[in-house]
Amino acid sequence: MNIANWLRALGQTTINALAHLGFIFRFFIAVLLNTPMAVTRARLTLREIYFAGVLSLVIILVSGLFVGMVLALQGYDILSTYGASDSVGVLVAMAMLRELGPVVAALLFAGRAGSAITAEIGLMKATDQLLAMEMMAVDPLARVAAPRFWGGVISMPLLAALFSTAAIFGAYVITVQLIGMDDGAFWGNMQAAVDFRMDVLNSVIKSIVFAVIVTLTAVFEGFDTEPTAEGVSSATTRTVVHASLAILAADFIMTIFMFRGV
Amino acid sequence: MPSSDDIASLNDVHFGYVASRPVLDGISMRIPRGKVVAIMGGSGCGKTTILRLLAGQMRPDKGNVVFDRQSVPRLSKPELYAMRRRLGFLFQFGALFTDMSVYENVAFPFREHTDLSEELIHDLVLMKLNAVGLRGAAYSRTNELSGGMARRVALARAIALDPLLMLYDEPFTGLDPISLSVVGQLIRRLNDALGISSVLVTHDIYQSLKIVDYVYFVGEGRILAEGTPEAIRSSTDPFVKQFVNGEEDGPVPLHMKALPLATDFLGRAIEERAQ
Repeated sequence: MNIANWLRALGQTTINALAHLGFIFRFFIAVLLNTPMAVTRARLTLREIYFAGVLSLVIILVSGLFVGMVLALQGYDILSTYGASDSVGVLVAMAMLRELGPVVAALLFAGRAGSAITAEIGLMKATDQLLAMEMMAVDPLARVAAPRFWGGVISMPLLAALFSTAAIFGAYVITVQLIGMDDGAFWGNMQAAVDFRMDVLNSVIKSIVFAVIVTLTAVFEGFDTEPTAEGVSSATTRTVVHASLAILAADFIMTIFMFRGV
Repeated sequence: MPSSDDIASLNDVHFGYVASRPVLDGISMRIPRGKVVAIMGGSGCGKTTILRLLAGQMRPDKGNVVFDRQSVPRLSKPELYAMRRRLGFLFQFGALFTDMSVYENVAFPFREHTDLSEELIHDLVLMKLNAVGLRGAAYSRTNELSGGMARRVALARAIALDPLLMLYDEPFTGLDPISLSVVGQLIRRLNDALGISSVLVTHDIYQSLKIVDYVYFVGEGRILAEGTPEAIRSSTDPFVKQFVNGEEDGPVPLHMKALPLATDFLGRAIEERAQ
């Protein structure tokens, strides 16, 4: 391939990628403009909170518990070498609040709820249900997209908070109950080290951003599905892959801005 | 020529999904009030496209589509949605909402577009289901229904808001003979009882000629023939005869256009030898 063809292909790919991003942005604006129905008919949004949030509780809590327990075991092993085993609670709390809580919860949310949202909307498209809605003068963006988007955006930060809580509880069980570390040192050091604005607030901001990324990707991919079985399958895969990569990239960027002076 | 007696009409409509391949090439047709009109033709001839143009799902490249004295392509989104409340659309496989029961599917248009009380919606839903003979299935899940039953529930949902015009997209596809006859009779009976008009896109010549008032045959983007069922049955037009009698070859050839046999089969061998 000569250089002119290579440049042409690169240009075309860039233009396509930008057009796709523009399309997603327009979709995002359209969903936001159709938000009133998600508010006035709260029942629709509550249903989505149940499907995306409540039904994800088991995987979030169990994963959080295990992540916390593993982190405590590894942390205790390493920190005790330096005589700093009292700081295991601080290590787990900081790691969970600043990074692992929002990131891992968002990755799990993308796999559990994001894929389900895409598959459901994709199947509705493949079986003409979205078209039927439009033919009945009901806008699918208002009736289907907006409630799912807000259901996910409300659920995800709450799940991330529960994930971090379960992880800290898991660390407590390992270090205090099993290893026998002092209860007061575990909680006291954690309380002294964790800063509300720097750690807790930034954790909430991250999880809200990740919630928008995951849910927007899931709803968009559902609407953008090719209406075939194969199309629904690949849209579901795209949701998990794109959302996961976007979460990790957004986490890196936000960490630069949030913690660069620490 | 369209007249005030027509609920809808297509006037010299040109349309193509891609500019180089027109699907409709100057089609005109009338849907008179109170009548059942069938649009027939081979697969991919643009029958469903005509329904979509009537419903405002797509805009023609040229020409006009009129529904209830309104030019459909010129309607804004709110106006289009207002128009669709006077339109019923039955999809090929029903397109019932799979996360809802039969009752909720039929109640959907009432809940979305009216402020009626739940008691009144309950009565209306049962009346609509009774009209299609499925009051007894009101509380079933949609996945418990047969193909014919799903089509009838979708019909009950489509007539919920008493439309002026019903559009049916291949309503007989995949039905057993009994269901097929039931759906056919329902289309005719509902049309007459509710005083509405209907457009039927179908391949099923036998069933549709029993229930419709007028037939348009579409092919190659144009109207190839039209007339009443009697006129169609006695037509000597080669295309109509081929379609009505289901002959495999005729004006619509068995083989689609292709390269000459020798080129297709031996072309590669000749090329390989040349190399």
